[in-house]
Amino acid sequence: MSASEIHATLKRRQFLQASGFGLALTAGGRVVKVMAASDTEPSTLSAYISIGQGGVITIGAPNPEVGQGVNTSLPMIIAEELDAAWSDVKVVSAPVDASRFGAQFAGGSLSVPMRWDELRRVGATARAMLLESASINLGVPMAELSTQDSRVIHNASGRDLTYAELALGASKLPLPDTDDLILKSADQYRLLGKRITNASAAAIAQGEPLFGIDVQVPGMVYACFVKCPHIGGAPVAANLEEIKARRGVLDAFIIEGEAGPYTFDIRNSTRVSPGVAIVASDTWSAMRARESLKVDWDTSSASSDDSEQIAAAARAAAKQAKGTEIVRSAGDVTAAMADASATANAFYSADFVSHAQLEPQSCVASVTGQSAEVWTSSQTPSAVEQLLPAFLSLPPEAVTIHSVRGGGGFGRRLSNEFVFEAARISQRIGKPVKLQWSREDDMAFDYFRSPLYLNMEGGVSRQGRLVAWKHHVISGSADGQKANYGANYRGQNFPDDLVPNVEISQTLIASKTPTGAWRAPFSNVYAFAEQSFLCELAAAAGRDYRDFLLELLGDDRWFKEGDRNALNTARAKAVIAAACESANWGRDLPAGRGLGLAFFFSHAGHVAEVAEVSVANGRQVTVHDVWVAADVGQVINLSGVENQIEGSVVDGLSALANQRITIREGSVQQTNFDQYPLLRMPQAPRVHVQMLASGYAPTGAGEPALPPLAPAVGNAVFAACGERVRELPFSNAGIIV
Amino acid sequence: MTLKLTINSESHDLSHIDPDMPLLWALRDHLGLVGTKYGCGIAQCGACTVWLDNEPARACQLPVGQLQGKSITTVEGLASDALHPVQQAWIDHDVAQCGYCQAGQIMSAAALLARNPSPSDEDIDVAMAGNICRCGTYVRIRKAIRAASDAVGAGVAFYDPADTPVPEEVSS
Repeated sequence: MSASEIHATLKRRQFLQASGFGLALTAGGRVVKVMAASDTEPSTLSAYISIGQGGVITIGAPNPEVGQGVNTSLPMIIAEELDAAWSDVKVVSAPVDASRFGAQFAGGSLSVPMRWDELRRVGATARAMLLESASINLGVPMAELSTQDSRVIHNASGRDLTYAELALGASKLPLPDTDDLILKSADQYRLLGKRITNASAAAIAQGEPLFGIDVQVPGMVYACFVKCPHIGGAPVAANLEEIKARRGVLDAFIIEGEAGPYTFDIRNSTRVSPGVAIVASDTWSAMRARESLKVDWDTSSASSDDSEQIAAAARAAAKQAKGTEIVRSAGDVTAAMADASATANAFYSADFVSHAQLEPQSCVASVTGQSAEVWTSSQTPSAVEQLLPAFLSLPPEAVTIHSVRGGGGFGRRLSNEFVFEAARISQRIGKPVKLQWSREDDMAFDYFRSPLYLNMEGGVSRQGRLVAWKHHVISGSADGQKANYGANYRGQNFPDDLVPNVEISQTLIASKTPTGAWRAPFSNVYAFAEQSFLCELAAAAGRDYRDFLLELLGDDRWFKEGDRNALNTARAKAVIAAACESANWGRDLPAGRGLGLAFFFSHAGHVAEVAEVSVANGRQVTVHDVWVAADVGQVINLSGVENQIEGSVVDGLSALANQRITIREGSVQQTNFDQYPLLRMPQAPRVHVQMLASGYAPTGAGEPALPPLAPAVGNAVFAACGERVRELPFSNAGIIV
Repeated sequence: MTLKLTINSESHDLSHIDPDMPLLWALRDHLGLVGTKYGCGIAQCGACTVWLDNEPARACQLPVGQLQGKSITTVEGLASDALHPVQQAWIDHDVAQCGYCQAGQIMSAAALLARNPSPSDEDIDVAMAGNICRCGTYVRIRKAIRAASDAVGAGVAFYDPADTPVPEEVSS
């Protein structure tokens, strides 16, 4: 072993021994080989494999798990090329270490596509070494050997050797030339594309400690951190002595922090908002003492946002013929609109939405003068690794980050302010501490899904073709220079590239309320406006929406030549046709019942959804079934992908129904699930998922099935009762789901 | 005053704990039973569902001082030497995404089957309406409860552990 391999091995073993999450090294504990980036291609990422003498194959999962299934799917990619039997595989979370694993994050539906080539090579490299070891052992050429189910087989002689038997020998071989690796073709897959149970399913079902909130370390105390309800305000004074006298309270103090509304900046921000820390012997004592806390807040730097005023400003801006900035323009949209045989104009809006991941933020931090260790359910542990040492004035090697399973992400855990808060509190008290946000903290201090307002106009020719496409995007902006995160217009290509006359413009309106990445940022609202409005235009022209969409997509082609992550019209048409076929599109339905179709392309995924709804009394909507056809390329774990899509449908419906955050004087008005209702089981529709095999490389599945849900339901409501809903949530339009 | 609770058939002395402390936090911070989860603290999400004398209850609303002599079951105590049919069904149907709510879901589902071994679809919806799954696994939860109901109906009390914990393919 090279020095770097030994170092990596030791670090890994230390991790396995030190972690308190039920992870154990395999019997015998022999570490066979460390697939370290420095050993192969320093510029790429890497994961690793170890094989115990008992035959357990331990595979490290490099990206954070927050429910998107990557602790199963990423190891599956390695196991496939390794030809390991999945029943031999034990999955562990890899340590947070950029030098070996590159950027470790969960976002943008990128975990699978960004690791796809790397992890296949990791698996194939180890397999090549096991083959070579077998070749030496058996005295036969490698070309006569094959692998299957954690064994090397010599067909000619009928002999075989297990990976466990070969592992030690393999570990002494030099790494093979990665250029010589032959990766499997899709028809050779034994594991990929099958339904594999989540690697943590049994632990979850038994309530084992898995999550960030479950971490306990010796000598740990508990804290809450109270911030100004008017976002960005700061404490001037508080009744700290009274709080310190409460039962179970160990300390209470003000953290000065940085006043003013915070902003979404994953890569650079170590910002801690001003507040009051209460440290206690358990969570409840801190929470109860907090009820007696009296703080004199300075709100001079705080946000004074009012969500009703923001919406009113947007409606006023929408009355202008166009936005203050032209984003894109082609042809002559005014003339084309005048020539069109059917036109439509409509205003779409969406309110602030909270992430409401079910596990409120928490972090365990243990900071001393010499070192620091944190356990965090972050979607960006690499950012913590990069930023925390300087924040604590410690050298990078003195800081250890543990990435722990998170109870839901949806973009909320991309920022790490709770980590910096916990680290600051631990540094101050000189003890390990678990910082626990309450649900109320979580709802008050989110990076919300941004509101968005769109004034849409379009025209259809006598031939039924979309000839004019115009929209005015109205977005909140904290600095008046750029749109807030999630509200900025992203070049959409579809349908823009397919229409000869286009004008897209944007106007910024003042809004200081923090916004961030909420599952499928921008697309989550834009798809609603785009797909609803296209359906409006089709209806105005007397066209069936499926036919209108398929015709609009036109000939088979890539939107961007050479970019396999671009929209492909053949893939788009295939998912539309498949979803409609499953739903039996065009069938006769009783009065008050309707089918609605939407297609959206995001995160390199092509997804079409058809919803069947019934509408009672003109306002009570029941969603019965949703048929989804999706093309995200090669499926890794079919069960995992189907679960993500089923969940996206439920999540989309939940947000559509009545999720709405309102702001007064810079303060969030909803505090908990009694005022911010999430979808419950009686409202959940049946979901029918169909994955299309297009033969392309895999892309992510966590996000792209969410955007089409809202317009599919909206279009179905229109089909059922003729009413067009243009507001998110639908409850704003008096619709009850 | 002395305070003794029976949790998962074991007696625990909680005399040193503030009697106002909800069972949720006593379990998590003082007894190391962290399967019971904090989600909202106001009995809205169901993540902290336990059994109080075999009836489902929200541990965030149960001050420990009022539980003297009561018998409590948490998710850690649901299995015997082997898995409860509901736990097995949750694995078989690959229900979980993040998994955070699932202990509460499982405790609600197991309580439902204990009093109604053959629930209708509506019975399931009603019994599970107090448990939020933010990831949206309701579709699978329904299927898993039906499968567990079939197992209970066929006389399965617990599953042989040899059949279970390693990850394996889902059958449907």
